[in-house]
Amino acid sequence: MTQELSIPRPSAFSSVKTALFNPATRQKLLAFASLIVLMAFFTAASSNFLTTDNLVSILQSTAVNGVLAIACTFVIITAGIDLSVGTMMTFCAVMAGVVLTYWGMPLPLGILAAILFGALCGFTSGVLIAKLKIPPFIATLGMMMLLKGLSLVISGTKPIYFNDTPGFSAISQDSLIGELLPALPIPNAVLILFLVAVGASILLNKTLIGRYTFALGSNEEAVRLSGVNTAFWKVVVYSISGGICGIAGLLIASRLNSAQPALGQGYELDAIAAVVIGGTSLSGGTGTILGTIIGAFIMSVLINGLRIMSVAQEWQTVVTGVIIILAVYTDILRRGKA
Amino acid sequence: MGPKDLKTAMVSPLVSLTHVSKSFAAVRVLDQVNLELLPGEVHALMGENGAGKSTLMKILAGVYSKDSGKMLLDGMPIEVDSPRAAQHLGIGIIHQELNLMNHLTAAQNLFIGREPRRFGLFLDEDTLNAQAREIFDTLHLQLDPRTVVGTLTVARQQMVEIAKALSFDSRVLIMDEPTAALNDAEVADLFRVIAQLKARGVGIVYISHKMDELQRIADRVTVMRDGQTVATVAMASTPVDRIIAMMVGRELASGEHAEIPDTSNAEVALDVRHLNRGRAVRDVSFTLRRGEILGFAGLMGAGRTEVARAIFGADPLDSGEVRVHGELVKIASPEDAVRHGIGYLSEDRKHFGLATGLDVETNIALSSMRRFLKAGFIDTAATRRVAQDYVRQLQIKTPSVTQPVRLLSGGNQQKVVIAKWLLRNCDILFFDEPTRGIDVGAKSEIYRLIRELAAQGKAIVMISSELPEVLRMSHRILVMCEGRITGELSGNGATQEAIMQLATKREAPVANNQTLAQAA
Repeated sequence: MTQELSIPRPSAFSSVKTALFNPATRQKLLAFASLIVLMAFFTAASSNFLTTDNLVSILQSTAVNGVLAIACTFVIITAGIDLSVGTMMTFCAVMAGVVLTYWGMPLPLGILAAILFGALCGFTSGVLIAKLKIPPFIATLGMMMLLKGLSLVISGTKPIYFNDTPGFSAISQDSLIGELLPALPIPNAVLILFLVAVGASILLNKTLIGRYTFALGSNEEAVRLSGVNTAFWKVVVYSISGGICGIAGLLIASRLNSAQPALGQGYELDAIAAVVIGGTSLSGGTGTILGTIIGAFIMSVLINGLRIMSVAQEWQTVVTGVIIILAVYTDILRRGKA
Repeated sequence: MGPKDLKTAMVSPLVSLTHVSKSFAAVRVLDQVNLELLPGEVHALMGENGAGKSTLMKILAGVYSKDSGKMLLDGMPIEVDSPRAAQHLGIGIIHQELNLMNHLTAAQNLFIGREPRRFGLFLDEDTLNAQAREIFDTLHLQLDPRTVVGTLTVARQQMVEIAKALSFDSRVLIMDEPTAALNDAEVADLFRVIAQLKARGVGIVYISHKMDELQRIADRVTVMRDGQTVATVAMASTPVDRIIAMMVGRELASGEHAEIPDTSNAEVALDVRHLNRGRAVRDVSFTLRRGEILGFAGLMGAGRTEVARAIFGADPLDSGEVRVHGELVKIASPEDAVRHGIGYLSEDRKHFGLATGLDVETNIALSSMRRFLKAGFIDTAATRRVAQDYVRQLQIKTPSVTQPVRLLSGGNQQKVVIAKWLLRNCDILFFDEPTRGIDVGAKSEIYRLIRELAAQGKAIVMISSELPEVLRMSHRILVMCEGRITGELSGNGATQEAIMQLATKREAPVANNQTLAQAA
């Protein structure tokens, strides 16, 4: 009898089982279900919700937070946190303004500058955290203030407009998809969000960088003892995250056709909320980009829907707070049972 | 000297460590240690806990750096300043504590740091899983490489660790108590692999307390005591008694047992019936009398800590009854437990037992603060007086009661925790690995203190993975395996062998638990 029992089970079955038992997967399923329920609710509550215009507006408003949340996902999977993504985004937008408007360089250089300055900021945070051993919360809190200040200093506290670079607003606002399929006027910002998400997903799941991102969050000491240069990989993760913030900076500057130096603070909390609603654990080791995207959509659908139902803005904020607490609490409940 | 020794004496050593010293803070843990490892040799490293074995091996494996001394590999001086450097030199180590990434799969854990790749950056999961499967096959380990490690039992996780170290093609392999969580069949598999490695000329340093295992596989044994090497002798020609005598530095002090007082008529302080909590605690029942020291033995993950935590209210129970002094009580939180006089001294003092940043008096008074309130304010003079009393009574070595606890040695930190529970009037005390990380000298003091507490009528449960400690201290011993109590031994007649037999008394091979559950 023992012999019979020791036959290994089919591996396909066990991996399905593993997947179902994975808290991140369950959270993602739940998050997706919540998104559907929310949309059904708002559709029933207001005839203005399920219209092309409104859906496009939701997509548009998700783009910036979605990209920022993707940046945060990397850092949070390593069991770190990044409070500087909001002001880093603004800093990158300002630097794009410097390159394009102040210096009159061509558009591609402005795009490159935003992403590179983002990566540089991320690199700095990474060094502070991995080499100088400053806790991520403090290091990125410092970076948050530092970058906010720098943006104001560099821009002279005034917005930098991109009127001399006509193609700039097209980055976010035109619709390549709409040109091909006029029925689907999906703005480029959403296309970029989609591309960043696909790229980030591949990076996380198919490459060495992704493997170490998860491994660091799961058990950093074990990774170190396995002979991996953990400090190096941490810096890489923060740099990538910074580069993605640069993309968010381009999106928001393009949407406003200006770099607004006073903007940015507060965006980091929305981004972290989207990540957490999407099932990425703040204690590290688990998380998915798809979950984060769903999380970002839940937040923007909620805000959009409440606005359409004419709920006062103050109350929108209250509801958002409650939703975040509920999302995390249901996750804790399920983890406790597992 | 037998013919075998003559043969090995002619081979030049693979590794030689000479005069290696190391201090942590002001404590010297290694003092001019020497060790020589030959190719194709299994070299046992023995010594009581705290003797410096693990530290020495962590230096060889690049985890710690030495303060002074020389390390030679093939006669060439080497500097091993990181685990990676050790890997490049072909030095592999299986750490005593599990070092796995629970969220990753078995294969991903095996190859962390050297993943097979396509185009430099992209992971090649197919090759990864195939290579992992190959290594598992050589170990006769039936394990899907894609299984997430966090879902495996401790024994299987240990096998993954072993597979990982073997996968490096190391020429020097260090195993720090590799069989602590393995059953007989798994141990046999491991020994078969060790024999293969020996034949290939790999030198193996094998740290273990299990004499029978060492007699089966070790060629030579080096004994360490208090951070120094005592001697290196041939395993086969040296009587076990002599090795133990070298370890403890006196004739069989480890066998000494204080007289066991007759507590059979004493009041039952704690009566536990049919305790259940998931798979970790299964139908656990026992009684504990005043004045008694009840030892809990078992392998890692056997459920001993879980039993203590469940009784203490730190984890919720599925079912079961707890009676304190004959009275049925409901303990839903540590607060309830403390109110009923139950104290729990965690194995992880830094995390659960002490606020290490705070001073000695605050820690002692921590769970009795209410008593020191005067019109809503803390009566600091009173807390200080009481803390000073305990420092004297328990001989806590600290310059003053305002010293932060983190600056105290492990043994004295443990005493602070004891003082805290005594002040709270706890008369049922759970000691979970009370001497882990405590040096040899302080250990005997903790032992004396526990005995004194028992003599004063406290009821004591002592959970320990160190068999000599369980044997030396316990009036009665309960042995656990996979959440069940598999046997009870009297403190007088018990032997390490008897405990180990009970500790590995599994119902069914671990691999099949899920299949069984499915069938049921």
